[in-house]
Amino acid sequence: MYTDKVMDHFSNPRNVGEIENADGVGEVGNASCGDIMKIFLKVEDNVIKEIKFKTFGCGAAIATSSMVTEMAIGKTLEEAMELTNASVAEALDGLPPAKMHCSNLAADALHEAIKNYMEKGKA
Amino acid sequence: MKRIYLDYNATTPVLPEVLEAMLPFYRENFGNPSSVHWAGRAVAGAVERAREQVARLINASPAEIVFVSCGSEGDDFAIKGTADALREQGNHIITTAVEHPAVLETCKFLEKRGFEVTYLPVDSDGMLDIAVLGKAITPKTILISAMWGNNETGALFPIEEIGAVARKHRIRFHTDAVQAVGKVPVDVQKAQVDLLVLSGHKIGAPKGVGAIYIRKGTRMTPLLHGGHQERNRRAGTHNVAGIVGLGLACEIAGRDLTAKMEKVRYLRDKLERGIFAAVPEIKLNGHPEKRLPNTLNVSFAYIEGESLLLNLDMKGIAASSGSACTSGSLEPSHVMGAMCVEVTLAHSSTRLSLGPETTEEEIDYVLEVLPPIVQRLREMSPLYNCRTPMSCEECSIVKRV
Ligand SMILES: Cc1ncc(COP(=O)(O)O)c(C=O)c1O
Ligand code: FES
Repeated sequence: MYTDKVMDHFSNPRNVGEIENADGVGEVGNASCGDIMKIFLKVEDNVIKEIKFKTFGCGAAIATSSMVTEMAIGKTLEEAMELTNASVAEALDGLPPAKMHCSNLAADALHEAIKNYMEKGKA
Repeated sequence: MKRIYLDYNATTPVLPEVLEAMLPFYRENFGNPSSVHWAGRAVAGAVERAREQVARLINASPAEIVFVSCGSEGDDFAIKGTADALREQGNHIITTAVEHPAVLETCKFLEKRGFEVTYLPVDSDGMLDIAVLGKAITPKTILISAMWGNNETGALFPIEEIGAVARKHRIRFHTDAVQAVGKVPVDVQKAQVDLLVLSGHKIGAPKGVGAIYIRKGTRMTPLLHGGHQERNRRAGTHNVAGIVGLGLACEIAGRDLTAKMEKVRYLRDKLERGIFAAVPEIKLNGHPEKRLPNTLNVSFAYIEGESLLLNLDMKGIAASSGSACTSGSLEPSHVMGAMCVEVTLAHSSTRLSLGPETTEEEIDYVLEVLPPIVQRLREMSPLYNCRTPMSCEECSIVKRV
């Protein structure tokens, strides 16, 4: 059902965990199945230096979380904002149709974390 | 890699003896049992012998057994066949909230055709309150449909008490015994059931064959119209090999049933105790005692079922889950819902169902492999070890489903 890339990221997820005193935290829930993803950021000079995630969800949700952290690290905030759910799914060589909604969590949580960082900056 | 199959409630391997007994009916004994010539005669006897074997397992007489294509067909036939035959008497059906979709969806279909259906609730152990059943009966009630053993939790309904209530009110009683047959003693006389459904692939016979017991004198409208097979109760040329396999599987199931039950119960209890000893914050789903001896359903707080299943699968262990993420519909299990299991717990409900082939080594292996997997997934979960209690927002996300 899942591609080798999905299974790879699912069985060896990258960047699992939390960042203490993170610069930005984003959390989203999945209305379709009730799952949750949380992303923590460390930002330096407008670039994502460190990123970690925690996910309560299915195999696809964990794999997309892991993939989105790999894709975002080292990117500027503007570049990271352009990452889409579709591009995460694509980087995993695709997801089963019933699991496309899980990839929504990943990019959304990242975008939330970035917005959270920006709002903090304003305050 | 080791391969450990703990999903016997989903399906079972065909027993080697059963397969051997079936093969001639694909080769030299290929006849149609309805034919008068030698080829037909050679086969008709085998179908009748299988009918006797099925009847003996459930204490029925052979004429009361009708072969069908699967458990779902049996349930559909029982309910629709009754609804149509008894239409003049009433339009009310009583069933339970935790039935298999073969029953629930059939009832929903009938609701669209003007029938009224009461779905009896269950308690947090998945158990039915017999007093609630009594109160649901109206003069228009024509059928009570309640399963013998639940496929997800293994909960065993008080079938004899339900049968007594149904008999007292002269209401027809159907039971889906697909999970019970072969796992616990099933006696249609003691339970006073009028219609009982069983399925081959749950008891070591192949997929695509089942049977329905129809008590003598029970008026039914056929589901399949056509030829005169099965005394006009079910049209269609017999699945002879499948029927022969079902018959033998029933005979084998009846042999030393008590001893086999005790063996599987011992292993299931060992698994249950081992998991509870090794993993904190878990919940048993289903009744602690009134339960099929092979079934264990546990929820592991903070984690999701599909990711647990995938991890078990990577270690060669086959199990199943009530998680919304595995359901295809993204709805969590209706059984967990009816038992009011908290949503995140329903998400991680995991069913381990043992079979006659399960060994103690396999159970030991699962006990070795499972706890670290749960721990690893918990470490990954935003719900685990939260430094701050869940915010309202988190809580509303979790509770939304
Ligand atoms: C309780 C119950 N009823 C009915 C069925 C359907 O049986 P079949 O797969 O033979 O259609 C199943 C099988 O999943 C079951 O567990
Ligand atoms: S997160 Fe629930 S289906 Fe993927």
